[in-house]
Amino acid sequence: MHAITYESPKTIADAVKLLAAHGEKARPLSGGTDLIIQLRAGTRRPEYVVDVKSIPELSRISFSLQHGLHLGAAVSCIEIYENADMRHYYPGLTEAAHLIGSLQIQSRASVGGNLCNGSPAGDSTPALIALGAKARLVGPKGERVVPVETFITGPARTVLQPGELLIELLIDAPAPHSSDAYLRFIPRNEMDIAVVGVGGSITLDLDDDRVVDARIALGAVGPTPIFAAEASKSLIGKKFDAAALDNAARLATSVATPIDDMRGTAEFRRHIVGVLTRRVLTTAAERARQSEQR
Amino acid sequence: MVKKVIVEATINGDPVELLCEPRQSLLEVLRDELDMTGSKEGCLTGDCGACTVIVDGRAVCSCLMLGVEAAGTTITTIEGLADGANLHVLQQKFLEHAGLQCGICTPGFLMSAKALLDHNPKPTEPEIRYALAGNLCRCTGYDKIVKAVVDAAQTMLTGAGSGHGTVPRQSPSEATSAMLGKGEEVK
Repeated sequence: MHAITYESPKTIADAVKLLAAHGEKARPLSGGTDLIIQLRAGTRRPEYVVDVKSIPELSRISFSLQHGLHLGAAVSCIEIYENADMRHYYPGLTEAAHLIGSLQIQSRASVGGNLCNGSPAGDSTPALIALGAKARLVGPKGERVVPVETFITGPARTVLQPGELLIELLIDAPAPHSSDAYLRFIPRNEMDIAVVGVGGSITLDLDDDRVVDARIALGAVGPTPIFAAEASKSLIGKKFDAAALDNAARLATSVATPIDDMRGTAEFRRHIVGVLTRRVLTTAAERARQSEQR
Repeated sequence: MVKKVIVEATINGDPVELLCEPRQSLLEVLRDELDMTGSKEGCLTGDCGACTVIVDGRAVCSCLMLGVEAAGTTITTIEGLADGANLHVLQQKFLEHAGLQCGICTPGFLMSAKALLDHNPKPTEPEIRYALAGNLCRCTGYDKIVKAVVDAAQTMLTGAGSGHGTVPRQSPSEATSAMLGKGEEVK
């Protein structure tokens, strides 16, 4: 690995100052499970590595029904699935955090880092998009909030400008009778990169089992994670039945633009998008029906 | 010449102060600066788990953490698992169940297993297999390792709660050396 200068600022202001001063030569460090590999391989060569784990806002999970979720960008996957509110209110995002890499990886890796790494196949990003998550960024020019579905602009590319830092992910408290789910297909049980990943959230009107709201997001089937807007919209106002599910699965499949590679053919991946879309929505709906106590 | 940084941490119960370059991984610091060569370098990409140590109660790949990130943490490595001459129950059970052959993966498996049992003293077999999914072994076929951890968990629940056996280590062998992280090794 090339020589680096390591900084561990304690405040957002200090971190942004460092990142802005060094521009493209600086890179934030969260769990490091991608960045340290990239440094070693030479695929990223920042001179300044800015460890953001000592900044309180990036290291907290704050949830209330009134204010929703503030998920710090550097919170590790283990901290997410050990948090009772996360498991109860965001089971889909929690299960995505639970299947990223091994336990050793989950000890360090963060959902914020997963997003900033910009992989089309990151497991937590479709789960975030399904929940309508927004990314709060602070940079030298101030603050902005970006919907997660527009955050990744290409493989390993994001909307982050030099000097800009992802602070936290903002997610509304779940509406009554709503829930989420995430599923990925891999050819083994653990420790693999998604061949296809699908995140979904749904809000039901339990009186007539109609869909009040739905969001479907796809991973690993395009250059970026994909918000399946048409498929999501197609469910709204419909009775949640097999016909509505099949239609949403067909529309989700139509926006997937997968490639052939060693992990699966494009044709196979498109097929799996449909299968996982049906399963994810079915699971999210079951959870939504059981969520009356909220 | 890059400036070295002073890092203070607690390693295997002892306060340690060391000088390291920011680019050095925790694994490099342990092996090259502290001469603790029990943690092994395998893939350097977080896939094989041979470098697993416990940092603040969590199993981590020491190859995917910078030494400077260890400042202020409490670390347990394979060298800290046995209590002097007494093997940890996990080490004893790995020996009894032949849970190791070449021994390269063994320190990592033992630390992952310890982190699991520290958090969950009564794991199911699937939970054990899940907790060990980040450790690769090309010799044993895993079953013997899983059986060793199942047995160790039962032994620790019913017997000596400390996690340390009362049987002193027998005459040194390659197997026990691998388990103590003390095998002769050319760096």
